[in-house]
Amino acid sequence: MHIPDGVIGATTAAGFGAVAAGGFGIAARRTREHLSDRHIPLAALTAAFVFAAQMVNFPVIAGMSGHLLGGVLAAVLVGPAAGFVVLTVVLIVQSLVFADGGLTALGLNIVNMGLIGAVGGYGLFRVVLAATPRRFRSIPFAAAVAAFLAVPAAAMGFVGEFAIGGTADVSLGAVLTAMLGTHVLIGIGEGVITGFVVAGVVASRRDLVLGVPEQVAARGA
Amino acid sequence: MYRHGATPLHRWPPQVAIATTVGFVIAVVLTPREAMWAFGLYASMAIAALVLARLPPGFVGARLLVLAPFLIAAASLPLLEGPPDALWGLSREGLWDAWNIAAKGMLGATASVVLAATHEPPDLVTGLERLRVPRVVTAIMGFMVRYLELVVGEVARMRVAMRSRGHRARGVAAMAPVGRALGSLFIRVYERGERVFLAMASRGYRGTMPASGAVATASAWAAGAGVVVLAAVAATIAAVTT
Repeated sequence: MHIPDGVIGATTAAGFGAVAAGGFGIAARRTREHLSDRHIPLAALTAAFVFAAQMVNFPVIAGMSGHLLGGVLAAVLVGPAAGFVVLTVVLIVQSLVFADGGLTALGLNIVNMGLIGAVGGYGLFRVVLAATPRRFRSIPFAAAVAAFLAVPAAAMGFVGEFAIGGTADVSLGAVLTAMLGTHVLIGIGEGVITGFVVAGVVASRRDLVLGVPEQVAARGA
Repeated sequence: MYRHGATPLHRWPPQVAIATTVGFVIAVVLTPREAMWAFGLYASMAIAALVLARLPPGFVGARLLVLAPFLIAAASLPLLEGPPDALWGLSREGLWDAWNIAAKGMLGATASVVLAATHEPPDLVTGLERLRVPRVVTAIMGFMVRYLELVVGEVARMRVAMRSRGHRARGVAAMAPVGRALGSLFIRVYERGERVFLAMASRGYRGTMPASGAVATASAWAAGAGVVVLAAVAATIAAVTT
């Protein structure tokens, strides 16, 4: 469920578009420093993976289902800058090819799911990782906690955008309650799945988890 | 999602089609909601594009289903917003807001549907490249759209395998196997990416793909500009008169 055209006013959408473009510029430069041409097919397959993982629906409450956002997952697996680039590419393809999310709302969706969900979520991951014992088992735990928190945080991004430029005169409290209520539940699914995915990758191919600082990877056991 | 055809819209160079779609949607979003005539014009432009591209209503309808949650939320606005000053105790302001979201959302999504139905994803990537979108994006996107079907197929096989072992997607406990399956999916997909890169490098890949899609002619650009100018003039008149 990505924001379509017309829900948020044009000026606000343009403003967030500028924020998204600026963030993307920084992330693209950092990605180019860290990933060589060799890594482009790998980043692309991570994007395809996030896209496919988003298709796996899980039940939230009666009649409603949520799907993975994949922001923290991508950031932990390929690093925050590349994770942001990957999420941006996924959102552009969703909007351009699948009409999911408006073309003029692209900036809003990129800020919510890329900037808040992936980069912000990665920040949470590092905070939790620093607070837990230096073991490999802490990596999936920290990823799960960060993923759980990143989903309602991304939903709050929408609430903030709605407060600035929403085109409907609904009380903010109602929007906040509806968004937080559903997204805390989606966050539980996101956290559980992210934790198991990261645990699986850490167990079999530790070298692929690029978002983990080296000292943790070196000292853990 | 692509639908094969040989219409003028299918032959339209992808970069022109993308630029026209974006220009059209921006004009739609900037139009004041009270200007019904302008939305009538946009709708007839969108329908003309659907007819020109020979897209059946069922196909378009199925693609527009992604909007359903937002249309339901928009439909509740006349009840939620106060005061009940319109027919049947609905709110006038709420009706306008619902109309605004539904009209702009539908027009924007229809424009995307026409674009994606008339151009295959690799051509769209070439179009973005020619519109000077950063190469990191187009390079990643190019591989992504080429391998997407493969990965999605892998997910489908995993789901069949899980279901045949008795997995039912109910409750939080059912998510652990989903997570484990996705973990092994990531490793499979990543290792495939490594093999793909090595295979490509050995065949001479040096960071760019050969371009596909029609080259833009002046007349193609003129047609695209005509569409955008028509929508922009309507949006300007609507903004001035309301």
